[in-house]
Amino acid sequence: MPETVTSPMLKSGTEDDMRSLEAGLDSLQSDAVERRRIDFSRVLLPLAAFIVLLLAWQFYVSLGLRRRDLVPGPLDVLGSLGALWQAGTAQEAVWTSLQRGIIGFTVSIVVGTPIGLLLSQVRLLRRAFGPLISGLQVLPSVAWVPAAIIWFGLTDATVYFVMFMGAIPSIINGLIAGVDQIPPQYRRVGQILGASRWEMAVNVVLPAALPGYVGGLKQGWAFSWRSLMAAEIIAMGGSLGFGLGSLLEQGRQLSDMGIVMSAILVILFVGIAVELVVFAPVEKRLLRGRGLLAGSTR
Amino acid sequence: MTQLLSEHGGTGTVPSADAGTGAESAGRAPVVVLENLGKSFGSGAPVLEDINATIRQGEFVALLGASGCGKSTLLNIISGLDGPSSGALEVPADGAAFMFQDASLFPWLTARRNVELALKLRGVGRAERKARSVELLELVNLGHSMDKRPHELSGGMRQRVALARSLAQDRPLLLMDEPFAALDAITRDLLHNELERVWKETGRTIIFVTHNVREAVRLGQRVLLLSSRPGRVVAEWNVSEEHRTDAGAAGALTADITTRLRQEIRKHA
Repeated sequence: MPETVTSPMLKSGTEDDMRSLEAGLDSLQSDAVERRRIDFSRVLLPLAAFIVLLLAWQFYVSLGLRRRDLVPGPLDVLGSLGALWQAGTAQEAVWTSLQRGIIGFTVSIVVGTPIGLLLSQVRLLRRAFGPLISGLQVLPSVAWVPAAIIWFGLTDATVYFVMFMGAIPSIINGLIAGVDQIPPQYRRVGQILGASRWEMAVNVVLPAALPGYVGGLKQGWAFSWRSLMAAEIIAMGGSLGFGLGSLLEQGRQLSDMGIVMSAILVILFVGIAVELVVFAPVEKRLLRGRGLLAGSTR
Repeated sequence: MTQLLSEHGGTGTVPSADAGTGAESAGRAPVVVLENLGKSFGSGAPVLEDINATIRQGEFVALLGASGCGKSTLLNIISGLDGPSSGALEVPADGAAFMFQDASLFPWLTARRNVELALKLRGVGRAERKARSVELLELVNLGHSMDKRPHELSGGMRQRVALARSLAQDRPLLLMDEPFAALDAITRDLLHNELERVWKETGRTIIFVTHNVREAVRLGQRVLLLSSRPGRVVAEWNVSEEHRTDAGAAGALTADITTRLRQEIRKHA
């Protein structure tokens, strides 16, 4: 027969030969230890972008196309922010809102996580409630403000209710998405290793779904912060404390653009700070540990 | 010994399970017995048909076949992940350890934690888990990379962690589904030596699925050839130590098996 058969593999070499060969291959094939140093571009680039935007803003204002009290420049806003700070209003507003945000978000996690786990594991519940949960995520939570005011009056309960309606569905959805994206092979390995249903959930499903879950938490925080601001803007007075949204609304009532812009910037700043201080490090650690960060632009 | 102990002609004849058992393991207790085993999915054509085989304690059997011959299905049935449609099988009551083509390590655990998880799910205590996982990783020469995550390891290293993990399951039967197919040639040769050494040191019964004739001859004490659609055991060879050290003997057997394999594949032309 003219067909060729490649030559067979033969055993060769002593065990020590093999050991050293293997050690050589191992060091050739696995990556060198990555150096960790502080990356200044991470700090300098956002700062530069910020300064460019400020300069553009100042330039536009200095053209004098609009009345200064309608379109204040960066320096005017800084001035009114300073005044608010001096009066203690800014601190009070930030503290009140942040406190509500943290409490509301924490309760949302505590409520949303078990519901998400249950829905992701029980087909019947998932089919029944899945569309509703997705729908709730699409519905702007501000839509609940009028209802909440009628039910709870101008109390903190109104603010929290609106936050829950914003945050809980996105936490549930994040967790469900995280569980859905688990490669089936992981469960198969768990099964081969003899995991019971509970062991599978704790040792395989939860850790595998963690990146999706953290993504859901991040979105949940964004939704609760937004809902909080919306609720604070619409519902003022009563036994409600004075938050950032209330500050914004007060600025509008006084037609003081300095206050309005200050409040907007502070709301934005709190959002950025929470992302940078809380979520970014957690997410980065999670992804790096799983080798998912290579080649990303983070 | 270069002669074949049993080589069967047509697809219709199936070698009797005992005829091809190597002399050294003939007296040992059977670990896996397959009797007229068949499998079909839905109403489609059978994937496996009338499979008969006996695999004894401590044997290393290579299951050879072209793509789509139901090798993986057969392993799934033996491991208990799937059930047969007809026939009977006898497998160890506590299941089998399984090694996949990709290492399937959990990316959020270090190499050692991956091995420890297998021990934990088997109910091994915390202190013993630690000692045992180190021991197993040293067995596969990975003592130096125990605390690395899977993505920091090369493909060959990941497969060695997977091997250590399947040994941690401590089941007498180890099923391997083309575990080295995705590796480069140098690494694969090395892992053949590694696996052979581990097999000898641990005395496991191994069923090794492959589509690579040279790999089957290099590793198996017995090579079973599976036909495709439907899959059945159509031929069987015994491999002696000479086939692994003597180029002439190895070449002759490899050529022989390859011819037979190609013959099977041509039937579908």
